[in-house]
Amino acid sequence: MTSKSLKSLVLYIGLIGGMLISMFPFYWLIVMSTRTTSDIYKFPPQLWFGSELWNNVSRVLQQIDFWGAFMNTLFVSGLVTVLVLFFDSLAGFAFAKFEFPGKKWLFVLLLATMMVPSQLSLVPSFVLMATFGWVGSFKALIIPGMVNAFGIFWIRQYATESIPNDLLDAGRIDGCNFFRLYWNVALPILRPAFAFLGAFTFIGVWNDYLWPLIVLTDARKYTLQIALSQLNGLYNTDYAMVIAGTLLAVIPLIVMFLFISRQFISDIAAGAVKD
Amino acid sequence: MWEQRALYVAISPFYILFAVFGLFPIGFSLYLAFHKWDGIGVMTYNGLNNFKYMLTDAEFWQAVGNTFMIWIYATIPMLFFALIIAFLLHAPFVKFRTLFRVGYFLPNVTSIVAVAIIFGALFANNYGFLNYLLQSVGLPVVEWLNAPWGIKVAISSMVVWRWTGYNAVIYLAGLQSIPQTLYEAAKIDGASGIQSFFRITIPMLRPVILFTVITSTIGGMQLFTEPQILVGNDGGAGAAGMTIVLYLYRESFINNYFGYGAAVGWGMFLIIALFSIVNWKLVQGKSS
Repeated sequence: MTSKSLKSLVLYIGLIGGMLISMFPFYWLIVMSTRTTSDIYKFPPQLWFGSELWNNVSRVLQQIDFWGAFMNTLFVSGLVTVLVLFFDSLAGFAFAKFEFPGKKWLFVLLLATMMVPSQLSLVPSFVLMATFGWVGSFKALIIPGMVNAFGIFWIRQYATESIPNDLLDAGRIDGCNFFRLYWNVALPILRPAFAFLGAFTFIGVWNDYLWPLIVLTDARKYTLQIALSQLNGLYNTDYAMVIAGTLLAVIPLIVMFLFISRQFISDIAAGAVKD
Repeated sequence: MWEQRALYVAISPFYILFAVFGLFPIGFSLYLAFHKWDGIGVMTYNGLNNFKYMLTDAEFWQAVGNTFMIWIYATIPMLFFALIIAFLLHAPFVKFRTLFRVGYFLPNVTSIVAVAIIFGALFANNYGFLNYLLQSVGLPVVEWLNAPWGIKVAISSMVVWRWTGYNAVIYLAGLQSIPQTLYEAAKIDGASGIQSFFRITIPMLRPVILFTVITSTIGGMQLFTEPQILVGNDGGAGAAGMTIVLYLYRESFINNYFGYGAAVGWGMFLIIALFSIVNWKLVQGKSS
């Protein structure tokens, strides 16, 4: 064996070994969701699939309103994503391609807000929600999250490079106002940027735990993460069921991620290296 | 004229929302930190007492210590493995690079609640998978979730599992942005592989390393879901899994000490700010 092929052998063993470790918890999650709870408590652990998947799933569906929580999560995540895409692209486009008094310090202020940890204002935010009468309502999840500094910043970076000024000038000569320019010129060009920002937002809201835990008081309004944690706390003897519920809640995100992974990963990398 | 008005309309949603849901709560939390309040009764002025209490509160300091320990347990292996994975993926003859990147990144998409439930099973005291591995190589079984260090290891390993791939992707992008001509020039000058690694690769990667250190510091100081799901609101055996945010959550929303919760929030903010600055100086300082 030449030293080069030995090198590549070692390299592939390292990469594949690492990936196996990275994937193992997923594999074990699937195995455990097809087993009975007493199988899970067996020693040594069962490492191959059983036949209890449907039983476990049907118990999840009995114990919690899984589809209700699923639809709640889908509704909140979907709506927040659409609103974030709209408001962030509108503001990002304005910051990228137009001049107006105060633009510079307004943008600095926007960046500064990203530095404040959200937990700092956890208590007052809750009090505010109570004052508005939004505790227990989806409004508490949707309205504070419908526009964010990160997305505006990110769209601005993208728009600055990708929208040609000539095209905007041509639009102006044709009598387009700002909103027409946004809708007819900017939106089509910004679409690739939407894939990442949309997925990033959707995944973030779907997985959010602390804030929904605080503001959702009514079990009918629970999102998947909260419903799942309730399952874990109340029925921790029926472990197979908890695991099956976990699997159900993870699958949609993984499927979505696999569809957009290439764009998503390269955009995350680009964002980190640029600064 | 019309155009400028439209521009302000376009950017206003962010500032309006920030004023209501960002600025106002921050101001109010400062006000609240000087008061005593259970969320229902009257708010009474408390002066600096919340802060004074915090400084002598053993549980708070334990939470700070726990958070730091977990951060160290998690960040060092995480960034080390990420760097190794990035170097392996960067090798010119690697095929299926996209497949590997997706495979390593996938844990990051999974919800922390799901991760905490799986890791609860991996680290379970009696029937956990790790204990099976230990036993099968003839080592004694560890009661992970009863030992203070075991709880910290379990929480840290969730962070490592979830974020190593993410950081590897960022390091890989950093490696790919180093101009190849630098290495060629070094080779002509007779530099060895190790020399060009320490003289070119590491200095060129420094901004990216700084980015990952700062983001993992901020993330690490805000750890909440992992311990809350794994060991509950009290932080598990000996409160070994009690982090700062978990403590803030418990004092505010379980015990209804809203004023004290707000003070803890400010304490956390100061700690994150100080710690980020120290990290910044440490990582930047080496470059000069």
